[in-house]
Amino acid sequence: MSKISVNGKAQEVVTPISITDLIKLNDVAQPDMVSIQLNGEFVNRDEFDITQVSDGDELDFLYFMGGGQETPNPFG
Amino acid sequence: MDFTEDQIQRYSRHILLQDVGVEGQEKISNGKVLIVGAGGLGAPIALYLAAAGVGTIGIIDGDVVDLSNLQRQVIHFTPDVDKPKVISAKEKINLINPDVNVITYHELLTSENAERIIKDYDFVVDGTDNFPVKFLINDACVIAKKPFSHGGILRFDGQTLTYVPGSACYRCLFHSPPPPNAVPTCSQAGVLGAIAGMLGTIQAAEVLKYLTGVGDLLTNRLLTFNAKTMEFRTVKTKHNDNCPVCGSHPTVTGLVDYEQAVCDIESHRKNKH
Repeated sequence: MSKISVNGKAQEVVTPISITDLIKLNDVAQPDMVSIQLNGEFVNRDEFDITQVSDGDELDFLYFMGGGQETPNPFG
Repeated sequence: MDFTEDQIQRYSRHILLQDVGVEGQEKISNGKVLIVGAGGLGAPIALYLAAAGVGTIGIIDGDVVDLSNLQRQVIHFTPDVDKPKVISAKEKINLINPDVNVITYHELLTSENAERIIKDYDFVVDGTDNFPVKFLINDACVIAKKPFSHGGILRFDGQTLTYVPGSACYRCLFHSPPPPNAVPTCSQAGVLGAIAGMLGTIQAAEVLKYLTGVGDLLTNRLLTFNAKTMEFRTVKTKHNDNCPVCGSHPTVTGLVDYEQAVCDIESHRKNKH
C-alpha cells in the first residue's frame, strides 16, 4: 500500500492508480465537476484517465462553491 | 490628503497600526472598490469597507430586499424589505461613514456593461452567488488587468482567492461553469448565515491589504474553510498555462453571459441565497 494525501489528509491506496479511479475511491459526489491538482499542478479533466498517482503524491480536490450545488465536504 | 480631527479620531485604530499609519489610511481613503452583489457576501464587505473609509464604493445588484435575505445580509434591515438592495446598502454605508462616496448600480452585471462599470475601480469584489456571473467577473477582470477577490459560500463552507494580473485566476482552477442542469435550484441548498460574515470579512481584509500594500494577498492560494469543523485550509495554486482566459492559448477573449441555473432568472432573483 502507498501513502498519498488528498486535501491534506493521508490516504492509503494501491498505486499506481489513475485519477479517475481515485475519484471513484473517494466517492466524490459530482466527479465531472471536481478540479484536481497533483503535486501543485492542475490536471486537465481529459487526462484524469491517463494520469497515474504514485506513492507520496499530494492531491487537492477543489469544488465549486457558491451556487446551490451539492458539493462533498472538501475536508472529508 | 489632510484629515480633519474627526477623521483622525475615526480612523485612529488604523493610524495606530505601524503597518498602516496615516499614509495607509490615505491610501484607503483614496481607494475605489466595486462590490458585485449586495447580498450575503456584499453586506459584510460593504460594512467593513465603509467603516474603514474606502473613498469610493461602487455597489451593483439588480435585486430588492427580500424577507429571506435578512437571515444573513446584515446590511439590510426589516424596514428595507422591497427596497432596492443598492439603495438600502448605500443608506447604511453613509450612516456608518459619511466620508464614503457610494455609487449604486441597480442592474445586473452583464457582458454588455461589465467592462464599462469596472474600469474606474482599483479593485473588484465578487459577492455573487451564481457561477455565470462569477466567471464573468473573472474574465472581465483578467481582460482588464483588474485585481479582484473571488468568493463563494455554501451551507457551512466558504472559499476565496485574490487575483492580481499574473496570478492564478478563477478559471485557472475551474475551467468553465458547471452546466445549468447540474445545479439544483438555488433556494434548496441553504447557507448558515454567519458563514457569509466569515468569508465576506476575509474578502474585505484582502481589499484593505491591497489598498495599503500590507501583508501577503491570497494570490496563488485558495483559502477554503468548513465551519462545522472550523478547519481552514490553504491550497497552493498557480497560474495555469492551459487556462482558457489567462493561459498561453486563450479561448476566452471576450465576455460571455452563461445560462443561469434551471430556475429561471425571476425565481433565481427572488430566491437568491
